[in-house]
Amino acid sequence: MNETLTINTTINGRSRSIEVEVNHTLLDVLRDEVDLTGTKECCVVGECGACTVIIDGRPMNSCLMLAVEIDGSEVTTVEGLEIHGELNVLQASFLDESAAQCGFCIPGQLMSATALLHDNPDPTVEQVQEGLAGNLCRCAGYEQITKAVLAAAKEAMR
Amino acid sequence: MNRFQYARPETVAEAVALLEEYGDDARLLAGGTDLVIELRNRWVEPKVVIDLKHIPELTPSITVRDDVLSISASTVMTDIAEDELVQRHFPALVEAAVVVGSVQIRARATLAGNICNGSPAADTSPPLLVYDAVVVIAGPEGTRRTPVDDFIVGPGKTSLGRGELVTAVELPIPQRPFGAAYTRLTRRRGTDLASITLCCGVDTDGHTRLAYGSVGPRAFLEIDDTGTLADPSVSIEEKVAPLDQLFHRASPSPKSLRASPDYRLAMLRVLGARALETALGRLTKEQV
Ligand code: FES
Ligand code: FES
Repeated sequence: MNETLTINTTINGRSRSIEVEVNHTLLDVLRDEVDLTGTKECCVVGECGACTVIIDGRPMNSCLMLAVEIDGSEVTTVEGLEIHGELNVLQASFLDESAAQCGFCIPGQLMSATALLHDNPDPTVEQVQEGLAGNLCRCAGYEQITKAVLAAAKEAMR
Repeated sequence: MNRFQYARPETVAEAVALLEEYGDDARLLAGGTDLVIELRNRWVEPKVVIDLKHIPELTPSITVRDDVLSISASTVMTDIAEDELVQRHFPALVEAAVVVGSVQIRARATLAGNICNGSPAADTSPPLLVYDAVVVIAGPEGTRRTPVDDFIVGPGKTSLGRGELVTAVELPIPQRPFGAAYTRLTRRRGTDLASITLCCGVDTDGHTRLAYGSVGPRAFLEIDDTGTLADPSVSIEEKVAPLDQLFHRASPSPKSLRASPDYRLAMLRVLGARALETALGRLTKEQV
């Protein structure tokens, strides 16, 4: 049993070995130890989705996980979406549709949308809404966000 | 969070030994969607957190043996919702699994955790009661099995004793046509804690099983053997009275912010009638 533990994980394609406190959340470790501050902290009770990252293909709330739980897993954060320094199709689509207002929820929205489109490349409006239901937007840009996801799906299928 | 030790047992026996040693100072970690909140708010301050996800026999799996479907302890809601066997035999459980939290929560929350937390509003309790699920428990004396109806005790309470943990939930595959449906009442569409959770199951021998939660200290199971409710030729108007009787244990709290007691009681009837109709429809389909 331990109070700290060295975990091995792949974050945004790069494998890392990190020593973490066992009582730190994944969100804390990503932001404070790995310096990936794109993942946002907001409600910290699993309601808002600002902290969403993709772990082994599924979107999860990093505020609800201990960092030790990603030992052996593959993690993608919003910083992992760009391709060779360029925005990917989904990110560009968010820009085109003006989906970001204050922008705080956007990293989480992007991660949920990424996971959704991976499983379902051609979603309906309802499926986008359901897929992103765990991501709240205080600016209430839901229409634009939904549009952006649908436009990205179309673009990716061209 | 307080400082605690993190344990990662590799066998059920090791986990049981830790639980025995630490008792109330130990907390089990499966999905963590409830535990991490409790830790952060210091509602619990354990000496040790025992992560169950490295025990091979508890890793996510849904298997069938001798007409019993077994769902291991760290199987998450997304696994359950996507599983073809569960979809085929236990559609009402799928209906409950897909409304738990959000996509992110369902990727993490386990079925075992859902019933172990003992929330009266747990979505999966009513279908597990209707499908007559059995909870498999490992403990110092070995393995025991208990019907989910005996396992669920009250808010935050289960029949787990010291040193015990849930290793799986088993559902007997109905051997005769059985139709079931799950429904719930929320304040808004989408992610919300339910004000009513309700599941109804009917068979061709006139048995109706109805379970409802979020309107009392725990989810209750009622069985009607009169045949009236399960008879598709009896009108829904004639079923109102017998259906009402099944809700005699409902005692919604006036303190809840989600819905008033009167509203919940009124809606129980509506949801009960709806779920019964859907269950009967599915039963008819099963027979053709
Ligand atoms: S910060 Fe994690 S869900 Fe809100
Ligand atoms: S853009 Fe401001 S919270 Fe969503």
